[in-house]
Amino acid sequence: MSQPGTNQRTAQLDSYGQIRRTTFWFAAAALVGLLLADLDIVNANPWTEFARMGQGLLHPEVSSWGELLEWTAKTLAFAVEGMTLAIALGMLLALLYRHWWIRALCAFLRAIHELFWALLFIQCLGLSPLSGVLALAIPYAGTLAKIYGELFDETDPLPRSTLLQPNGLSAFLFTTLPLAWKPLLTYTSYRLECALRSSIVLGFIGLPTLGYHLESTLREGYYAQAAALLYTLILMVIALKYALQKFLLPIYVLLAFWYLPPVAEVKPEFILRFFTQDIVPAPLQGGWQADTGSRLWQWLQLLWQQQMWPGLANTLIISQIALVSTAVLALLAFPLNSPHFTGRASRILGDSLLVVLRTIPEYLLAFVVLLFVGPSMLPAIIALTLHNGAILAHLLGGFSAEICLRADACRGINRYAYEILPRLYRHFLALLLYRWEVIMRESAILGILGIATLGFYVDSAFEEFRLDRAALLILTSALLNIGIDNLARHLRRRLHLSTTPETL
Amino acid sequence: MPNETSGGRQPPLFSFRRESLRYRAQPILNNVELDIYAGESVALVGKSGAGKSTLLKALRQQQSRSVAWCPQDCGLVPSLSVFHNVYMGGLNRHNVAYNLLVLLKPPGRPVAEISTLLDKLHLPEKLWTPVSQLSGGQQQRVSIGRALFQRQPIFLGDEPVSSLDRYQADALLTLIACHHPTRVLALHDTEQALQTCSRIIGLRAGHIVLDSPAAEVSHRQLAQLYV
Repeated sequence: MSQPGTNQRTAQLDSYGQIRRTTFWFAAAALVGLLLADLDIVNANPWTEFARMGQGLLHPEVSSWGELLEWTAKTLAFAVEGMTLAIALGMLLALLYRHWWIRALCAFLRAIHELFWALLFIQCLGLSPLSGVLALAIPYAGTLAKIYGELFDETDPLPRSTLLQPNGLSAFLFTTLPLAWKPLLTYTSYRLECALRSSIVLGFIGLPTLGYHLESTLREGYYAQAAALLYTLILMVIALKYALQKFLLPIYVLLAFWYLPPVAEVKPEFILRFFTQDIVPAPLQGGWQADTGSRLWQWLQLLWQQQMWPGLANTLIISQIALVSTAVLALLAFPLNSPHFTGRASRILGDSLLVVLRTIPEYLLAFVVLLFVGPSMLPAIIALTLHNGAILAHLLGGFSAEICLRADACRGINRYAYEILPRLYRHFLALLLYRWEVIMRESAILGILGIATLGFYVDSAFEEFRLDRAALLILTSALLNIGIDNLARHLRRRLHLSTTPETL
Repeated sequence: MPNETSGGRQPPLFSFRRESLRYRAQPILNNVELDIYAGESVALVGKSGAGKSTLLKALRQQQSRSVAWCPQDCGLVPSLSVFHNVYMGGLNRHNVAYNLLVLLKPPGRPVAEISTLLDKLHLPEKLWTPVSQLSGGQQQRVSIGRALFQRQPIFLGDEPVSSLDRYQADALLTLIACHHPTRVLALHDTEQALQTCSRIIGLRAGHIVLDSPAAEVSHRQLAQLYV
C-alpha cells in the first residue's frame, strides 16, 4: 500500500486528472465566452474587400523608395533605442530582483501595454521620438528584468560559492552572468524582434514608423502600397536574425541614436499639470468639500457601470476564446514544423509559413480583418489566434523534434494521437499558460481599433481628454494582467509544469 | 592530546569542541573535538560518505577570509576560458572596473602571472581554451589553479587530485605545499596521504576515530577505516 512506486503512480494519475480538468475548464470558459460574444460579420459583402486585398498582395507597389527607406529606418531606430534602454534598465532591475518590491515594480511596468504607455507619454511629451522610445523601453525593461532575474536564479551556484567574496558585482560578472549568457542572448534577440513589431504598432497611434503609413494606406484602401509595406516588415524581421552580429551591435546603437535622437520638447508645466490635475479623478480636482466623498463614489460607480465592467467583461471574453482557439490552431499546425510528420523540404516550407505568420503583429492583423469583417469581436479573435497559434506551433514543432520514436512506431493520425501529443501535452500547456497573459494584454489593447475592450474606453477617454478616466482604466487593465500572470504561475506550479522562463 | 602538541604555540586556526556537524540539517559528524594549528598539513581519510566534505565545509566557515578553497565538484564556469576561471580566484584583490576590463580585454600583467601558474600546472597551451572543452583531469587542474591564485595561507582541498595520475598528483600536491604552509586535504589514496601530510585524521560512521601524526599511523589502522 505504502510502496513509494504506488505513491508515485497515484501522484502521476492525480496530475493527469488535474491536467484534464484544467483543459476542460479552459474549454468551458471559452464556450461560455462564445455564447456571450458578439461575432457578427457587419460588413454586408466581406469577400469583395477580401478580393481587393488579395489583388493588392499580389501586386505590391512602392510609391517612393526614398520614403520607404526613411520609414524603415525610423522603425528600426525606435526598436533599437527602446531595446538599448530596456536592456540597461532591465539588467539593473534584475540585479535587485531578490527584493519583493522590485519584482512588484517589474510586474507593474510590464502589465501596462506599450501602446498605453505611448498614449500616456504622448500626453506629457508630445508626439516626440522620446515618447516612442520610452513607451517601448519601460514595459520591455519589466519583462527583461523578470526573465534575466529568473535566468540568474537558475544558474549553478557552485562557481560563485568557491570565491572569497561571493556577493560582489565582480563575482556576478565572472560567474552568474557567463553562466546565464546563452539563454539571455537568445531571449534578448527574440525581444528585439518583438520590439520591432511594437515599433510598427506605435505608428498606428501616430508615431512616424511603418505602422503609421500602413494604417493610412489600409484605411484608404491602397492595398498595393500597403502590401509593399507589409513585405518590408516581414523582410525586416527575417533579416534581423542575420544582421545581429556582435561587432555590428554598437554601430547599430550609435546609428539609431544619431539618426533619431530620443528628444522631446519637455514642458515642465505640462508634466506637472499631468500629474497634479489631469489624472486626478474629476470630483477631487476642486479640492475636498463636504460632498466630495459622495461625488467621488458616484463618479466611480458610473465609470464602473459604463466602462470598466463592460471593458473588463469583453476583454475576458475575447481572451478566453482566443486562448482556446490559439491552442487548437497550435495543436493542428505544429506538425508543419515536426520531423515526425513532414519531410525535410516541406518542414522548411511549413515552418516558414509559421514564422511569417508570427512576424505580423496582432494589432495589424486585427486591423486588416476589421476592414472586411467590420467591427465585432471576430477580428480580434482571429488576429490573436493566428499570431499566437503560429508562435506556439513553431515552438511545439521544434520541441517535438527532440522526441525519439521506435523504428516501428505507427504513422499518420495514430502517431499524432498516441505517440506525439501525449508526450507534448505538458509542454504545450506550460507554453499556453505563458501566452495567457500576453493574449490578455493584447485583447485589452485591440480595443483601440473599436472593439469594446478596455483599450476602447481608454482610447475614447484620451480622445475626450478625460485623463483621470484613462489612468484608472489603464490601472484596471494592469491589475487584470498581474492577476492573470499570478494565476498562470499558480497553475503551472500546481500542474508541475516547467516554470523556467519562456526562452525562444 | 592537542594541548600536548601545542605547548607555547599560537591559538589554533580551527577549533571544534564536541560539535555536531550537519549537512542539509542531517547530522553527519558527531562530537567533533578537533584543533588544527598554523603550519600543519592534515589528511582526512575515510570511506566516501564518512563526512570528509562536511568537515571541510565547516573548516572553511571558521576561516572563510583566509582559505584557498578547492571543492570536489570543480565549480568552474564552462563558457569562460582557463585564464578567466583561474583569474576568478583573485577577483577580491581588484575593483569591479579592473575586473570588468580583465573580462573584456585582459591586460598583460594578470596574463603573465596566470601563464606562469599554468606552466606549473602542466596546462601551458590552454590559456584561452573554454573550460567546457577540457577533460576532467584538466578541469581539476584549473580548479587547483584558481585556488592557488586566491593566494591564501590555508589550503582546503576536497579530493583535489582524484582525477589525475600518480605522477601528476604528486607534483601538484607538492606545488600546493610550496604555496600553503597550512593544508587540510581530503584524500582517498591513503599512500598519498601518508606521503604528503604530517597528520592523519580518520573518519568512520560519523566519528573521528583516528587522529595522529602520519609517522605513527599503521597500515592496519588505516585499513580499519575502510571496513
